[in-house]
Amino acid sequence: MRLEPRSDVPVHLAVLAPAGAVVLALALTAIPLLWADVPVGQAYALIFEGALGSRFALTETLARATPLIFTGLAAAVAFRARLWNIGAEGQLYLGALTAVAVASGAFVAPPAVMIPLILVLGALAGALLMLIPTVLKLRLGVDEVVTTLLLNFVVLLFVSMMIEGPMKDPMGMGWPQTAPIIDEAVLPKLIDRTRVHFGLILALVAAVAVWVLVNRTTWGFEMRAVGANPAAARFAGMPVTRVMLRVGLISGALAGLAGVGEVAGLKGYLTLDLSPGFGYSGIVVAMLAQLNALAVVVSALFVAVVFVGADFMSRSIGVSSYLANLIVATSLLTMLAASLATRYRLRLR
Amino acid sequence: MSEIVEILLSVSLWTAALRIASPLILGTLGELICERAGVLNLGIEGIMTAGAMAGWMAVYQGADLWTGVAFAAAIGMILGFIHGVFTVPLGLSQHVTGLGLTLLATSLSYFTYRMILPDVPSPPRIEAFQPLAIPFLSDLPIVGPALFKQTALTYFALAAVAAVAFILYKTPLGLAVRSVGENPAAAEAQGIDVYAIRIGAVMVGSGLMAVGGAFLTMSAFNAFFFEMVAGRGWICIALVVFSSWRPGKALLGAFLFGAFDAFQVRLQQVVGGDIPYQIFLMLPYLLSILALIVMSRRAAYPKALMVPYRKGER
Repeated sequence: MRLEPRSDVPVHLAVLAPAGAVVLALALTAIPLLWADVPVGQAYALIFEGALGSRFALTETLARATPLIFTGLAAAVAFRARLWNIGAEGQLYLGALTAVAVASGAFVAPPAVMIPLILVLGALAGALLMLIPTVLKLRLGVDEVVTTLLLNFVVLLFVSMMIEGPMKDPMGMGWPQTAPIIDEAVLPKLIDRTRVHFGLILALVAAVAVWVLVNRTTWGFEMRAVGANPAAARFAGMPVTRVMLRVGLISGALAGLAGVGEVAGLKGYLTLDLSPGFGYSGIVVAMLAQLNALAVVVSALFVAVVFVGADFMSRSIGVSSYLANLIVATSLLTMLAASLATRYRLRLR
Repeated sequence: MSEIVEILLSVSLWTAALRIASPLILGTLGELICERAGVLNLGIEGIMTAGAMAGWMAVYQGADLWTGVAFAAAIGMILGFIHGVFTVPLGLSQHVTGLGLTLLATSLSYFTYRMILPDVPSPPRIEAFQPLAIPFLSDLPIVGPALFKQTALTYFALAAVAAVAFILYKTPLGLAVRSVGENPAAAEAQGIDVYAIRIGAVMVGSGLMAVGGAFLTMSAFNAFFFEMVAGRGWICIALVVFSSWRPGKALLGAFLFGAFDAFQVRLQQVVGGDIPYQIFLMLPYLLSILALIVMSRRAAYPKALMVPYRKGER
């Protein structure tokens, strides 16, 4: 019995493997549900109902998927070039902080100016933050996994310092939060009286743009080549350093946009609970999508369904909502195992 | 200035230094074993969380302290086994598997904690390890209380450094671990089962990480909090690079880190008010990044680190 690499992936496997992985993950998370004495079928039905069962539920899921698409794309772009950006959480917060710094009354301009401005500056903040670990990796050989992870803690403390210090809302009754974003900079709602905002459109556009970039341009070809084999890419005359810098900047910018969307589309002001780990969930989203930018949209929706649905379920029957993280983490591992099926064939002999 | 000298000469600083270092010593040692065998284990943050929860919960449910430690280690080894199977025979990405394991272990720990204790107003405390003064030695000035008036788990961490160094450099088993991390094909030619040694190393390493996590709940805070590991696992990974994959230097790195952390807390009390406290809290993370930058240039990574090995393939 041995594994042989496949040269091409049959379509049915490319679809069946992720689907099978998700089913297996749901089956595995039935174990803690059984332990919690919850009827498994009812629990999953409640997740489904809470995430997709009504117009309100659907809009909640779309709102939750928006940042996940951005962070999922951030991870997908970086991982494709084997640049391990685990710092999307920090980049998200820095993007949000930048948006608030610009748009909470320092000056006022019409929405046509304000909104593009905070999007560009937020993306830039995320990109510049990711530039640090990228340059450290390229110039000094410092492993970017650890630096991006540690920078998350640094950025969160920095944000905490700003919202308790210089950027604290004087009208905030002492709560550690920034002043609200001015109306001119708030992202318009897509559907009235819901939380779905313009960020969703941006996220979808970003997904298409990233897909085109990675799969249909020279830059994308270089990124994939560098990821597959940096030595060979260098030998073929590709500017490996420049490609990696590009990847780092794009990845950081996407994560920064997630932060702008959350703060300017949803919350309106910045607190330390802006993101319940969207940066980390983005890694799962990217892996479930097998790093394909268009599939990121689908897997972000799946992860959003799990989060929104599990919240609903835990409110209905009192199971800890950490179950959502459990389902998502298990999906990541089963997906990883399933990816073997698409890359190798089992040969009995 | 005189205040800084006073801090540096205080007994409490050096006692705290070793106490803060203890979980890092165990975590760094665990990661070091994994990486020496060629496997990066990014599950460390989650494994430490699981160890912290499991050890504490066992004692809270009535087990004695050492049973709690053993239980934490066992949980760590099970998680390590998952990481080992995914990354060694299946050859899956060590980065992604490790991060997935951290997510899994963390959420499983939190879920379990909430399952067993659905509504406790504040985290319950246990009767934890108490400082154990070693006769005569603990009477030495400064060094005495700092080194010889610690809890049993700290002594365990120090003994683990010696044991790992001995096994790694003086025994055939250690040679096997190092060789599968440097040149698995050559190791296989010597009749060493690369898969078994790698999975075994990841399991033992993960067990040590879990005990490092258990130190937090059983020897430092005496209770379990959400997010209490707070990046210590990632700091351990930086410390492994800092140590050049040597147990002795890992001890040194963790101790220096502990001393620095203990120092910044005390400095904060002296100069606090003028400088936001977040600056002080950032320092440990920035220091780890700095240590990485300084050491990375001459980092002698195990040659086969992160390279999956397939039998019969070159």
